[in-house]
Amino acid sequence: MSTIAQKRGFGAALWDYLTTVDHKKIGILYIAAGGFFFLLGGLEALIIRIQLFAPNSDFISAGLFNEMLTMHGTTMIFLAAMPLLIGFMNLIMPLQIGARDVAFPFLNSLGFWLFFFGGLLLNLSWFLGGAPDAGWTSYASLALNSTTHGIDYYALGIQISGFGTLMGGINFLVTIINMRAPGMTYMRMPLFSWTTFIASTLILFAFPPLTVALFMLTFDRMFDANFFNVVAGGNTIIWEHFFWIFGHPEVYILVLPTFGIFSEIFATFSRKRLFGYSSMVFATVLIGFLGFMVWAHHMFTVGLGSIANAIFAVASFAIGVPTGIKIFNWLFTAWGGSIKFTTPMMYAAAFIPSFVMGGVTGIMVAMAPADYQFHDTYFVVAHFHYVIVGGVVLAILAATHFYWPKMFGTMLNETLGKITFWLFLIGFHLTFFIQHFLGLMGMPRRVATFLPGQGLDAGNFISSIGALLMGVAVLILLYNIIVTSVKNEKVGNDPWGDGRTLEWSLPSPPPHYNFKQLPLVRGIDTYWIEKMEGKKEVTAAEPVGDIHMPNGSILPICISLGFFIASFGAIYRQEHSWGLAVLIIGLVIAFGSMLIRSLKDDHGYHITKEELLNDNDKGVRA
Amino acid sequence: MHVEQPYTPKTWPESPERATLEGKNKFLGFWLFLGGETVLFASLFATYLALKDKVPNPATDVLAKDLFELPLAFLMTMLLLTSSITSVYAIYHMKNYHFKKMQAWLLITVLLGLGFLGLEIYEFYHYTHEYGFGFTTSAFSSAFYTLVGFHGAHVVFGLGWIIALMVRNAKRGLSLYNAPKFYVASIYWHFIDVVWVFIFTVVYLMGMVG
Repeated sequence: MSTIAQKRGFGAALWDYLTTVDHKKIGILYIAAGGFFFLLGGLEALIIRIQLFAPNSDFISAGLFNEMLTMHGTTMIFLAAMPLLIGFMNLIMPLQIGARDVAFPFLNSLGFWLFFFGGLLLNLSWFLGGAPDAGWTSYASLALNSTTHGIDYYALGIQISGFGTLMGGINFLVTIINMRAPGMTYMRMPLFSWTTFIASTLILFAFPPLTVALFMLTFDRMFDANFFNVVAGGNTIIWEHFFWIFGHPEVYILVLPTFGIFSEIFATFSRKRLFGYSSMVFATVLIGFLGFMVWAHHMFTVGLGSIANAIFAVASFAIGVPTGIKIFNWLFTAWGGSIKFTTPMMYAAAFIPSFVMGGVTGIMVAMAPADYQFHDTYFVVAHFHYVIVGGVVLAILAATHFYWPKMFGTMLNETLGKITFWLFLIGFHLTFFIQHFLGLMGMPRRVATFLPGQGLDAGNFISSIGALLMGVAVLILLYNIIVTSVKNEKVGNDPWGDGRTLEWSLPSPPPHYNFKQLPLVRGIDTYWIEKMEGKKEVTAAEPVGDIHMPNGSILPICISLGFFIASFGAIYRQEHSWGLAVLIIGLVIAFGSMLIRSLKDDHGYHITKEELLNDNDKGVRA
Repeated sequence: MHVEQPYTPKTWPESPERATLEGKNKFLGFWLFLGGETVLFASLFATYLALKDKVPNPATDVLAKDLFELPLAFLMTMLLLTSSITSVYAIYHMKNYHFKKMQAWLLITVLLGLGFLGLEIYEFYHYTHEYGFGFTTSAFSSAFYTLVGFHGAHVVFGLGWIIALMVRNAKRGLSLYNAPKFYVASIYWHFIDVVWVFIFTVVYLMGMVG
């Protein structure tokens, strides 16, 4: 980490991270917390696969198996994949568009801490009576009848972390609309910034339905409301609709940034401009739009009727078109390029066939009549793992290697990186390819065991071996991170040598104000243009002058902690008399901290021109 | 140039809420937030429509047509709509750098909002005690109290927000630092008003006739 922090000692560095409003540090916090939850979710996956190693296994009980699969899904989607991507958005997007920070640095910090405390709350359920056990979709018909407090932790944990995500989404939107550098028109924005923009739009419109659904679940379970209680006139299908009106766009919230990351990597290591830039942008927008039109394809077997099923099936097929456009654009970007097979590029190359396989099975499950056969079998499990692991996780691993030097100023070891890649890729296909056939043979998902002699033994055995391989791959990545951090060999601005966009024109890691002078953007891949003209730096759009910076604040933690405390009150209110008091105290802390934020002026501070010029002489890094 | 530098009505910019980058960001960010809020209320309306009159025993339980009374709903609507106009006057004076008049109109807005809130509390109390129509009575009651209660919570938050702004800035007047704050508080208030128009239509009018 930074040299300044080491000089000031651990306490000061910790305080710095707790109060930071710097988008780069918040990005690192997101990646650290998301990485931790990724390990946790991975551990849960391994336990599931160990249980399914052999028929009639009693490694864990059926009840614990339900908790494992629920927490694996919930953790991976809400607490690992999304925060990891938001971490990269935070780190890279402002640098790519030539901004000094995001639009709302305070909200950025608040968003992270809400996510963190929400995730903490959810996972504390393991130690406080039992984790949620109704699946990550938590259908109300199951969730209302769950006897432990697990579902309560689920409802409030996801609610709190969801508020954080919503704030992050609004923040990115305003940053991109208002704070692009001079010359950075929309149609010159790098693809990762474009996908951040569209994914943020999806967050803005997809999270409120989830908020409402979670409120209703909270009210039903903790305050005796009757939204889903059929006896009192309620309707459990309402939950399913709202969950999927959120849940399907959520898939694109994950996969669009994935596309953005791979677009950057393909262009960089093919050393060519991205093929079909405009059509890439168009396809991104179209996927974002269509993502809201297809939610009921998760509900084909609910009984909405054949007209509804037909409409949602056709809409689902339609998404294949813009996605196909993207696949061909990536292939044409690589075509005829002078390709360098670095670790990120290997992930990108492996992503194409893996993701296409997930897409093809996607078309299969989108056929409503066929889905009656696939529904709730391992075929579906295989399908969405091909999309999420073959797409999103490969992108996160690729981005980790690709952007590591920009984050920490040192490169991850390439040899270890390639070992990680091969182990992970082979392990991934070993685990999930066979699951298609397990599903077609009728093995249902979310069931704790299976019987011998039904042709399922070998498939499950192979699948579990694959999962172990992925586990080994992740351990090697961790080893790689430790080794590189200890060696800490510093690298320059553009360590891959082929950087095309603005982030590679800055020191690694960039100073806390990012750009001493805002850059003048001269076209798509503006840094590449400058390099081709023999220049070392990007043309500046302004003279060196004072820079306005925001102050750090501890209030985001106070607000998040308030909601965290209030949740315990809500959960235990019905059986303990202290519940209501804790609920009120928590809310007072949360809203009181907001009031303090509102009443106390925060004008930020200025970095003067002289300090900036001094920095220049010493070549200071943040 | 400092953001709290004093102005005169002549030097005060035309759109003070968007004169600084912070103001511009706040303005846009808040509009986007209202986009999300729109989806939130749309979800609540959808739930209400799905669960309207869904009760354990339709023959004996309280239904929408037994419950709502137009005079009360009309009075609440008038109070809230008027408060929206008075908040427009407040922002008009903000744009003309007339701090005292802005504060006065905001005060009237707050009083009207408090009037609305008082009637809503009375309404809920009335339904609970006269009709035995509580939050936990039926799916219909849960949906009704959640939709209207979410709106009521927004009113409470909006009132607290406007009061905090008035008190905090009472002594120092307008600046480019607080002008965006007043402005976004007022569009929040308008949004609450728009949601109420839909509640009046969907809950009360449609409750009476259909």
